[in-house]
Amino acid sequence: MAPHSSAGRPSQLFKNLNSKIALIPMMLVALVVFLGGTVWTVVYSFTRSGLLPRLSFVGLDQYERLWAAPRWIISIQNLAIYGILSLIFSLVIGFVLAALMDQKIRFENTFRTIFLYPFALSFIVTGLVWQWILNPEFGVQSIVRSLGWSTFEFDPLYNSDIVIYGILIAGLWQGTGLVMCLMLAGLRGIDEDIWKASRVDGIPMWKTYVLIIIPMMRPVFITTLVLIASGIVKVYDLVVAQTSGGPGIASEVPAKYVYDYMFQAQNLGQGFAASTMMLVTVAIIIIPWAYLEFGGKKRG
Amino acid sequence: MNLRALKAILVAGVMLPAAQAAATDLEVTHWWTSGGEAAAVKELAKGFDATGNKWVDGAIAGSGGTARPIMISRITGGDPMGATQFNHGRQAQELVEAGLMRDLTAVAEKGKWKDIIKPASLLESCTINGKIYCAPVNIHSWQWLWLSNEAFKKAGVDVPKNWNEFVAAGPALQKAGIQPLALGGQPWQATGAFDTLIISLGGKDLYMKVFKDKDAKAAAGPEMAAIFKAANEARKLAKGTNVQDWNQATNMVVTGKAGGQIMGDWAQGEFQLAGKKAGTDYTCLPGLGLNQYLTAGGDAFYFPVLKDKAKSEAQDKLAETIVDPKVQVAFNLKKGSLPVRGDVDLSSANDCMKKGLEVLAKGNILSSTDQLLSPDTQKQKEDLFSQFFANESITPEAAQKRFADIIASAN
Repeated sequence: MAPHSSAGRPSQLFKNLNSKIALIPMMLVALVVFLGGTVWTVVYSFTRSGLLPRLSFVGLDQYERLWAAPRWIISIQNLAIYGILSLIFSLVIGFVLAALMDQKIRFENTFRTIFLYPFALSFIVTGLVWQWILNPEFGVQSIVRSLGWSTFEFDPLYNSDIVIYGILIAGLWQGTGLVMCLMLAGLRGIDEDIWKASRVDGIPMWKTYVLIIIPMMRPVFITTLVLIASGIVKVYDLVVAQTSGGPGIASEVPAKYVYDYMFQAQNLGQGFAASTMMLVTVAIIIIPWAYLEFGGKKRG
Repeated sequence: MNLRALKAILVAGVMLPAAQAAATDLEVTHWWTSGGEAAAVKELAKGFDATGNKWVDGAIAGSGGTARPIMISRITGGDPMGATQFNHGRQAQELVEAGLMRDLTAVAEKGKWKDIIKPASLLESCTINGKIYCAPVNIHSWQWLWLSNEAFKKAGVDVPKNWNEFVAAGPALQKAGIQPLALGGQPWQATGAFDTLIISLGGKDLYMKVFKDKDAKAAAGPEMAAIFKAANEARKLAKGTNVQDWNQATNMVVTGKAGGQIMGDWAQGEFQLAGKKAGTDYTCLPGLGLNQYLTAGGDAFYFPVLKDKAKSEAQDKLAETIVDPKVQVAFNLKKGSLPVRGDVDLSSANDCMKKGLEVLAKGNILSSTDQLLSPDTQKQKEDLFSQFFANESITPEAAQKRFADIIASAN
């Protein structure tokens, strides 16, 4: 605010010089590690790199092979199913839980802790726990059978057609607690008076939520959306712990394809091509959204 | 007073590791973690410790598929271990070509490895550009059918003498509530079982045509179609195994919950550990009782280039120890694999190992798929066969077409 320079008005470049200098390391990291690493990966995805990176270009061969591989197609489908459903369900369940929690219930702290607790566990632990719960010989199926329903069948992890839903259940169990907490914080941020006003007007409660409260909670929803979406794209450890991609390749996900081909198959080129495709997918979603979100504000 | 005690503890904490480092420590990474395997590793460690050095065990659980990426990233990332296991063949080829592995030619010449290591193909797999880069430790063959005598007794049928009889006995086993064929969920198991079917049902020529010459026409031909039909039968018998690890599947055979398992000779260590006797409790059929050919792949130790001179010397010592006749016998008896040299006394070997030695003596040895195919091709095969064995909606014909494509682009 009060520049003690004697050379008159500093130019725009030297304004807040200290903070700009302090930012240099961060900018270098962003440029070299994030941008540089990304560019490097994309460049090498056009090569025939094996175990070690090597600059012998093969054009689009890696991409052609990638999109011809049944495992990659299954991985993409699984990610789409897992992504869309986990987005919808964690938002809906999270919001409903938060709305219920907001009714001035007793023992709110206890419930909040219980619902948030799974989030404290890593995906690996979550995956193992649910692997046991869903195991037909020890878990839900055997319990229900021992209660008398001897033909009851529930073994999602051993059925190729529904295995991704078994993983979805575990993912939701782990993730909805956090969504609930964010939503609850958002709900608490809504002014009491709005509720009073809508009650005076005789608007039913559900309508108040849908038409007034949720639109007001837009920033919270966006934060939550970004958190959930980034979790979806990188889902890997949950699958490894629960099914290791099985039965067969029925529960494979893109991140696992990248890892397996880079390190197990010793084919870096193929792995890079797959990770580039993941980046492109994310970019297709993020760029239009960012454009709408931030581009719109400037105009307004 | 308290402070002084604390100081002493802190000093001890710093000094103790330093004191241990005096006898050269060598960290050895491997993926031998099942009961029988761990017992065998102890023999190796004992042999190495006897040379005055110290074996620091770096076991990585979760089979080679999990362990190899960790090992490779440590070597390429500049944090090499003292020695590491690989299946010899092409897994470490690029690491050697990049100059990251130690040349063992001097040790090999001193120990006359060229004369003693049998079959010669083992050492050939260690040789790149005329130099030797690994020490073979054992011979492993995939082509075994392990049968539980108890399970067949319970089902009221004779113990099969070959694969065809085994398939015929399948319904009887199912009726008795026994899982006919145990097959774990890890992808390499399905692939190995399929490769075994090629040799045992299709014969040596078919195997070599497909995997050595990479003949896509043979891979799409009628002979292979018969193998895919057999694999189709196998997957029906294997349905419902519901375990992941190979030793869990082997354990089903050990305990008589399953009739049989197609698994390499390392399964034998599990039977031994459980105190079962070959012939009376369990039966082994090399080559599935049909074509008695074994693939001689196996494990070998590779030694990354290290800067520390004392450690480099210790690496040479370990290489010598690995091929030492006494260590070879002790290790392989526990592991259930065959020794890499023909001049050792194996009178204490059990029935199954003797059967294997007989096949080796006849010279019915082929190169393993690890030696013939790149890890990349192996992985594509794994994707195909793990899917094929788990999902019955994929017809044998469709799978064969994909298999032929993989072979056509194989390297």
